[in-house]
Amino acid sequence: MFSGFMLNAWEVASIVAVVAGMVGFFVVLRGSAFVAHAIPNGSFGGAAGASLIGVNTLVGLGVFSLMGALGIGVLGRRGRHDVVTALALVMMLGLGALFLNLNVEYEPEIESLLFGEVLGISANQVLPTAALALVCVVSIALLYRPLMLSSVLAEVGEARGVSAFRMELCFLLVVALASTMTVPVVGTLLIFSLMIGSPAAARSFTDKPVVAMALSVAIALLTVWSAIAASYETNYPVGFFVGTISAGAYALGRIWAAWRRRALGRGQLADGRAPATPLPSSR
Amino acid sequence: MSAVLASLIARGFFSSEVVGVALLVGTVVAVVSGTVGVFTVLRGQSFAGEALGDVNTTGGSAAFLAGVAPLWGFVAVGVAAAGAMELVGIQRPRGRDLATGIVLGFFLGLAALLFYLVATLHNTTGAAQTVLFGSVFTVSSSTLPLVAALGALALGTVALLYRPLLLSSLSAEMAAARGLHVRALGVAYLLALAVAVALAALTIGSILSTALLVGPAATALRLTRRPATAIAAAGALGIGAMWLGIVLAYDSYDWTSGRTGWPVSFFVVSLIFLGYLLSGLPGLIARRARDA
Repeated sequence: MFSGFMLNAWEVASIVAVVAGMVGFFVVLRGSAFVAHAIPNGSFGGAAGASLIGVNTLVGLGVFSLMGALGIGVLGRRGRHDVVTALALVMMLGLGALFLNLNVEYEPEIESLLFGEVLGISANQVLPTAALALVCVVSIALLYRPLMLSSVLAEVGEARGVSAFRMELCFLLVVALASTMTVPVVGTLLIFSLMIGSPAAARSFTDKPVVAMALSVAIALLTVWSAIAASYETNYPVGFFVGTISAGAYALGRIWAAWRRRALGRGQLADGRAPATPLPSSR
Repeated sequence: MSAVLASLIARGFFSSEVVGVALLVGTVVAVVSGTVGVFTVLRGQSFAGEALGDVNTTGGSAAFLAGVAPLWGFVAVGVAAAGAMELVGIQRPRGRDLATGIVLGFFLGLAALLFYLVATLHNTTGAAQTVLFGSVFTVSSSTLPLVAALGALALGTVALLYRPLLLSSLSAEMAAARGLHVRALGVAYLLALAVAVALAALTIGSILSTALLVGPAATALRLTRRPATAIAAAGALGIGAMWLGIVLAYDSYDWTSGRTGWPVSFFVVSLIFLGYLLSGLPGLIARRARDA
């Protein structure tokens, strides 16, 4: 399980989980689940285009992710955000349908881009993935304070000179970068589950942002590791396990939060004090 | 006049049965999607519409494994996903996208498993492509009664609940104050959405189903503030995009010298996207004029 080609799978999946856990924290905090679905999914059209004109898939994915992110950011300033995201997604996929149609050789790759082929990762994919991941992690670290402020208290951020629009664009670009890097190795489905399920679960366990982000990375890592092990043992696809485990982690988080609320309520009855008010959760 | 038409529309367009069925199905889907779509946009649930369309890949492959018509898989899984979204908490504006995302992730994971099972048990691939990129040109005329029945179900639900649903979509607080059951209305609407999206995905593919659901409705709501007018306009815009897209796709067989032609979904999506962008122009010009 830990030899040869499997080693690449473990390495790349761990890198992806770290990035997904960090970016996903902001995705959940900002309530941008739709964007996290639309950008990786739509960038698939770019892969089809790249294959048509014969350039590296990574270039196509990158161009489409960036275009999608900028389009959603700029159009979303005036229009309804969810509408703009939906239209950007279908436009990218519509172009993808056209590219696929013009290119007869591409077809078998569709499912691998959707569901990923973690177990088929080759050694020469490790380095580009790691490099892009590093850029992602550094940007998140640099953006952390202003992005946090702008996500939780947009008005205060504006007053302090942090433009909400500029932060939205930066955030979308980070999502685009994360998609470009992760889609070719794990597929659009897996990255989406990781970016939503793990941070959403983490937020049920703690109110402290830094702890939540660390926990989100930890849950994402646990999810991919157990998914790969399970897939190796059973031969069922990794995407199935990632999807199920992510949803399961979220359900556990919800149960824990409900149980803690009840415990706090009982505490009030026992010693007559008011229950500690939970920290105001963002958005 | 006929010479102009002949130069715009390639030969055989009106005598082709495939085109006739495509136009008919396209019209039904555009009307149903436009009507349900106005509520989708007002409620800010575009993501739910898109997710329910994607979930159809799960339904399609489940039906394929069970050996029943894809439609039943679409409807059953669509309704199950809508119920799951409701349970996770789609009714709260704050957790709306998160609830949708969690359910979507889970069902797509299931789709990965089902595709794998389809591929290993039946030794066929391509189930994903068919479901994702279904084409209105491959609809057979025998599905027409079903299309009509599903369309009537979705439209009937919306028509029956029209006033309370509209109020609860515009202001949940006001609706609750008037004694309306906001949550029950939300569930009923979500089920209508699931049926409408299943119908659209079955006939025109899940890309186009989202485009037709959100695009014409959002464009219409930019042009008019009256909900009833917006519904009519959304239906009309959807039909226009669908018909023009079908004409262009049919013509494209001539441009590509009869090879494969360009996909309908590309044309329809581009037209809808263009329409949405153009509908923003009056507001943009007004703002420029005011600022200057």
